[in-house]
Amino acid sequence: MPGTVQSIERAAAILRMLAGGPGHLALADIARSLDLAKGTVHGILRTLQHVGFVEQDRSSGHYQLGAALLHLGTSYLDINELRSRSINWADPLAARSGEAVRIGTVLEGRVLVVHHVFRPDDTFQTLDIGTLLPLHATALGKVLLAYRAAPLPSSVDGFTRRTVALRDLPAELDRVRENGWAADIEELTLGEAAIAAPIRGYGGLVVGAIGISGRVERLCDSRYKPQARLVGYVRNAARAISRDLGWGVS
Amino acid sequence: MTDRYVVAIDQGTTSTRCIVFDRRGQLVSLAQQEHKQYFPKPGWVEHDAAEIWRNVERLAPLALRRAGITVDQVAAVGIANQRETTVLWDRRTGVPVGRALVWQDTRTDSLVSVLKEASGAAAVQEAAALPLATYFSGPRIRWILDHTPGLRARAARGEILFGTMETWLIWNLTGGLHVTDVTNASRTNLLDIHTLDWSPSALAFFDIPRAMLPTVHPSIAELGTATAAFPGVRIGAALGDQQAALFGQTCFTPGEAKCTYGTGSFLLLNTGTDLVRSEHGLLTTVAYQIGGAPAVYALEGSIAITGSLVQWFRDQLELIASAPEIETLARTVQDNGGCYIVPAFSGLYAPHWRSEARGVIVGLTSYITKGHLARAVLEATAWQTREVVDAMNADSGLTLKTLKVDGGMTADNLLMQGIADVLDVPVVRPLAAETVSLGAAYAAGLAVGYWPDLEDLRHNWHRAGQWLPAMDPGHRAKEYTNWKRAVERTLDWIQPA
Repeated sequence: MPGTVQSIERAAAILRMLAGGPGHLALADIARSLDLAKGTVHGILRTLQHVGFVEQDRSSGHYQLGAALLHLGTSYLDINELRSRSINWADPLAARSGEAVRIGTVLEGRVLVVHHVFRPDDTFQTLDIGTLLPLHATALGKVLLAYRAAPLPSSVDGFTRRTVALRDLPAELDRVRENGWAADIEELTLGEAAIAAPIRGYGGLVVGAIGISGRVERLCDSRYKPQARLVGYVRNAARAISRDLGWGVS
Repeated sequence: MTDRYVVAIDQGTTSTRCIVFDRRGQLVSLAQQEHKQYFPKPGWVEHDAAEIWRNVERLAPLALRRAGITVDQVAAVGIANQRETTVLWDRRTGVPVGRALVWQDTRTDSLVSVLKEASGAAAVQEAAALPLATYFSGPRIRWILDHTPGLRARAARGEILFGTMETWLIWNLTGGLHVTDVTNASRTNLLDIHTLDWSPSALAFFDIPRAMLPTVHPSIAELGTATAAFPGVRIGAALGDQQAALFGQTCFTPGEAKCTYGTGSFLLLNTGTDLVRSEHGLLTTVAYQIGGAPAVYALEGSIAITGSLVQWFRDQLELIASAPEIETLARTVQDNGGCYIVPAFSGLYAPHWRSEARGVIVGLTSYITKGHLARAVLEATAWQTREVVDAMNADSGLTLKTLKVDGGMTADNLLMQGIADVLDVPVVRPLAAETVSLGAAYAAGLAVGYWPDLEDLRHNWHRAGQWLPAMDPGHRAKEYTNWKRAVERTLDWIQPA
């Protein structure tokens, strides 16, 4: 069979065996049943454990199907886990850019703000963790739409005359995928702009977005385009969090 | 002009880190290495001091390489360290005598009970402004001397040296300077808190030879010049880790306080140059001393079980898969449902100090779900903070206006809001998360003139998040009463054998 990947076939065999057997099996049993070396099976099991498809019982050391299999189709990363894992990268992004930082994920067709770092100028600001924002009119939301973390909306509200219209949304999302980042320039609020990039988990799955937002004259250059320096900061922070979440690590 | 930087060595309980900071107090690079924890018997916790020094030697060039700088660009090195951990070593060979006894180690339990009854105990506690407890270094030195044949005589001849971690690191960094700083020395039971030098009567009481003790220096001063790890660089500061966090949070004015929320939590309140003796179960400690200026003191409230209660919920009850999920679970319900958890796992600490107390879960009804328990877990940390803050306000006559927070649990939004609600003061999180390392860097940079003054350091502090109290006063009072009633139910659980 040309074009098939042996280790994925073996992983599938292990999952079928765990689903069909007594519920839990020892490493040696699995290896013997599949006629594979224990080292090979162990490597596959560790990977499956890493992505949550397999769990290991702490006392017996036996393997069983993982809870993540039951929740396939819903977000695998807890939002508070996402905040906890990204907090050390969100702070330096705010320090470097001098702007407010937000991390967003999808909730019922909108962007849920899961983390917010104040613009570091010590002015009065209010934490807006838990706030819901429109997907199509924010940089965070465009990232989530572009990488299919959320389904495309069937209708959209216009907030300013620059808000992307429904018919222009597919082309806009193509641009986001091409660039690897998104911007909103006075598309939600006049005078405000934002830049965002994807946070990826294992296998490259986009689990959230991180971005900065602030006055359009600070975020954009004289040609009304996001400043390259700021885009770089945002993308670097997104990559650093993604690496911490296991993206690109074998 | 080439840019110059300050490096912090953060020698913690589980790992050692070298962090490079720039003039704005921003983290430029970080290198970290864990060290092995030894648990030879129940209640015993040890580290290999030689391993920790090797880690520093390895991390130093790594941190500089990651920052893309050379050692001549380092203006100063500052040290923040796990406190009260005790190392003895041979002056001639530099080889440690056995392993270091870690601050969590309780092997001096029975020794401390005996010492408490000995004559002179009251005077020793008065001079050090600390209770006799297994927590501090003095009893550990005594224990090692008692349990190693011939060691006391060698120590008296100056052949064996004592140090807490900063002393051990400076000795190795400089090739033989034997010094400590006042903050670390104030955690030994041996320092006279007024003279800021070793108390002769305490040394006699513990039967510890003076010849083995380091010279006590201000925290922020040129303590020596490194010959290893950072050759040629001045060591500008040494501070206990919690004091370093207070400094990193720029709590320079009396009445300013910070709380570091980790496995346990440590709340320190700057009381200025006035030494405040606690009548409400807090510790009096040195916050920092800059050069020859008078020492600045602090009141400290240690809460033993905060983050570790969440870990218990995760690992022992297995109700959540990761610590941050406690917030997700807690948000599945609106309130605690009348349920309270008091985590007196090994007795109650500040401000109660009741070692016979044990933990309770009260208010259980068939209505209670795991969501209510998760709420009660987070609320336990908030109410324990409230008890410490109340004790501090009563002792110091100062009223806490704002609580600056740091540590891993500041990622828990529900908890931070809960703390603001029960304290009825704003809770603020700084942009610099690494407050311990930053404090050591600030202190070292200040000592060598890299930063001109405290005001300059204040300008580097920025608010990254703020939680404002939003709880109805009547509700707060009712909940606090319930918490206190729950605490009462933990008392007198362990009965004398």
